Amino acid sequence: MKNILGREVPDNIKGYGEVKHYGGYLASKGTKTKRSIKMTNVLPGDEKLHDNLDTVLDKLPLKDGMVVSFHHHLRNGDFVLNMVMEKIAARGYKDITIAASSIFPCHGELVELIEKKVVTSIYAAYISGPVAEAISAGKLENPAVMHTHGGRARIMESGDLSIDIAFIAAPTSDDYGNINGVDGKSACGALGYAYTDAETADITVAITDNLVEYPNTTIDIPQTLIDYVVVVGAIGDPNGIVSGTTQITKNPIGLKIANMTTELIKNSGYFKDGMSFQTGAGGVSLAVAADMKAEMIENNIKGSFASGGITGYIVDMYKEGLFKSLFDVQCFDLAAIKSAKENAGHMTMSASMYANADNKGSVVNKLDIVILGATEIDTDFNVNVTTTSDGTIMGGSGGHADTSAGAKLAIIVTQLANSRISAIKDRVTALTTPGETVDVIVTERGIAINPKRTELIERLKETNLPIMTIDELKNIAETMTGKPREVEFTDEIVAVIEYRDGTVLDVVRKAK
Amino acid sequence: MLRRSMLFMPGNNPGMLQTAEVFGSDSVILDLEDAVSLGEKDAARILIKGALKTFNYGTTEVVIRINPFSTPYALEDIDVMARLKPNAILLPKATPEDMKQLDEMLTRIEKEEGFEEGIIRIHALVETTYGVETVYETIQMSNRVDSVCLGGEDLAADLGVARTKDSEELFYARTKVVNACKALKIDAIDTPFTDTNDEAGLLADTIHAKKLGFTGKLSINPRQINTIHKVYSPTADEISWANRVMYAKDEAEKEGLGVFSLDGKMIDAPIISRAMNTLNTARVIGLIK
Repeated sequence: MKNILGREVPDNIKGYGEVKHYGGYLASKGTKTKRSIKMTNVLPGDEKLHDNLDTVLDKLPLKDGMVVSFHHHLRNGDFVLNMVMEKIAARGYKDITIAASSIFPCHGELVELIEKKVVTSIYAAYISGPVAEAISAGKLENPAVMHTHGGRARIMESGDLSIDIAFIAAPTSDDYGNINGVDGKSACGALGYAYTDAETADITVAITDNLVEYPNTTIDIPQTLIDYVVVVGAIGDPNGIVSGTTQITKNPIGLKIANMTTELIKNSGYFKDGMSFQTGAGGVSLAVAADMKAEMIENNIKGSFASGGITGYIVDMYKEGLFKSLFDVQCFDLAAIKSAKENAGHMTMSASMYANADNKGSVVNKLDIVILGATEIDTDFNVNVTTTSDGTIMGGSGGHADTSAGAKLAIIVTQLANSRISAIKDRVTALTTPGETVDVIVTERGIAINPKRTELIERLKETNLPIMTIDELKNIAETMTGKPREVEFTDEIVAVIEYRDGTVLDVVRKAK
Repeated sequence: MLRRSMLFMPGNNPGMLQTAEVFGSDSVILDLEDAVSLGEKDAARILIKGALKTFNYGTTEVVIRINPFSTPYALEDIDVMARLKPNAILLPKATPEDMKQLDEMLTRIEKEEGFEEGIIRIHALVETTYGVETVYETIQMSNRVDSVCLGGEDLAADLGVARTKDSEELFYARTKVVNACKALKIDAIDTPFTDTNDEAGLLADTIHAKKLGFTGKLSINPRQINTIHKVYSPTADEISWANRVMYAKDEAEKEGLGVFSLDGKMIDAPIISRAMNTLNTARVIGLIK
């Protein structure tokens, strides 16, 4: 059937089950119940520590069809997912469900396990690289479930997905499982996604390459949530964990978009004392942060908090007193990691606190302004950050749909036309974030405001900003790029895109 | 038209041709000369031809820099480009002799194509010592000349001196070009500032050139446009002053006064003219309605 966004989504999907159709971004209100979690008590004298993964695995109730989870703070430098799955596969287990907060190119070894049916289901908020290509090609037994960061916390807490065993990559741990992400050779900073895994899994295994004496003096995830600690040679490659310093774009188009975005924010009515702000680690996002910093200093504006994945640029704004505090779910660079360790106002938060729609209030609900990207946008302001225009999975929501729903002003920044590709289409190839939660699109050639935001349209009329309708923007792009030919798809569903409340927004089908 | 900034774009880069007008420069110069290697001259002509037929550059002036007459490419550049009816041609290494030849060719092509005579304008890029010495004569060779642009890099090489950050070596050329342009009522466009990462240097150089009388500046990177526009756009104080001058003038006229003063200073025709220019510029760039 066609859902309310006009997307063709069946009522029942093979390998996924019955579909709860999307009913609007605020439709899922009410009282929810948390799942009960098994806790095996640890008695005085019991040892949690192991010096190799095999002895831990010997103790675990491994079985066919189990659900294991991983987190992605080590990003493209993560060794833990491959390390664990290789052992599980060697022991002959099949039909495993992997719940990873994100999957990166470094996890390419999973493709072989997918082909051998060792892994038959994947849940993730973001998937890129060989695994994404394999899923797009229809190699995974069941459709991948692509949720949001907040949606992942929700399914774990609600029990929509029960995690049997969580494997936590721990940059530093003591022998009783007090973990932090800010020390050690594989330091990655805040452990926001891992915290939710540790809280909700029946069994939790911390895997560390930096064992310190008990008690570890900085604790992000406490011993009360950890069953086993295992020491390995390395949990990750520092070169893939952080890229040193993320950089402001030097691309003139990106800078122009950033300048226009800052001008828009300044005139939006939200640029005032006490404002809260979130932006990503992309070059344009950082350019907006740099522009915002200059404007906040010039206009003597002091913000309340900045949130999300934190970068050195945001840390600098915090240090200069432009934000009172930082809410950090994952660190993007070395400066952010250092700050998470040193600054009291730099607070780490769990994925649930960050973005879960079904708890007693997540941080995204308190956001004033968020800057987000897009691969495609349609004339209803729906956004795709899940697939390329040819339908191949190359990303996913992450916190996109969460922050867009929560923030008062959700701004999408994108280049309107890049060579032969227009960002604005009649219909996005896959729908990640519903248009009703998107307020503004900023491109190098013009700005489109969601017609529902009449007060914003009125407010910005008096500026010199090039405000136009989204159809006008689309027409400009199409005069340059032509109208793209529609990609043809088979009926085979390779991924299900869940909204943050667990309803289904869209499906990704295999391209012909 | 307003020419605060003229931005060079390589003629052989499709992506840049697609975004040429996006950065808000008053003119874009699609380059067939230095930015294009010898093997790509024909490809660049084809790309520019496609771009001018396909993209809408709106109110941005579209200028094409041809190769100099001393090269084998100039004649074909002119023959192909002029038929696309660009707003203007930028003549490199401009001399009176080359200007005469370009003007004659444009006149012939306009006639052949049925274009209005003189519709294709010319900007003269002065970048040799001979060009500097003959700049006044060069401008007078054609009624199409809208500006003289100074090319500091080639000129320094011709002078046999090094280019410096403060452009001391260009002082004579700058003042000579400005004087010729002012005398013949056309725009004087300053040489580009070539360190694209030195925003403070660009700002200082642009302010200095404005003080010498230049009306705009060439640019080699879109990131320079905002800084150049900042210098060549009226400030809020200047707009306020101009409004007050015009108000005082209106009041004086109502009272039948031929001479009047503002803030204790006598206001005469050149000052009124400057105030009017300020308000016109502010209006064109949308600072006032």
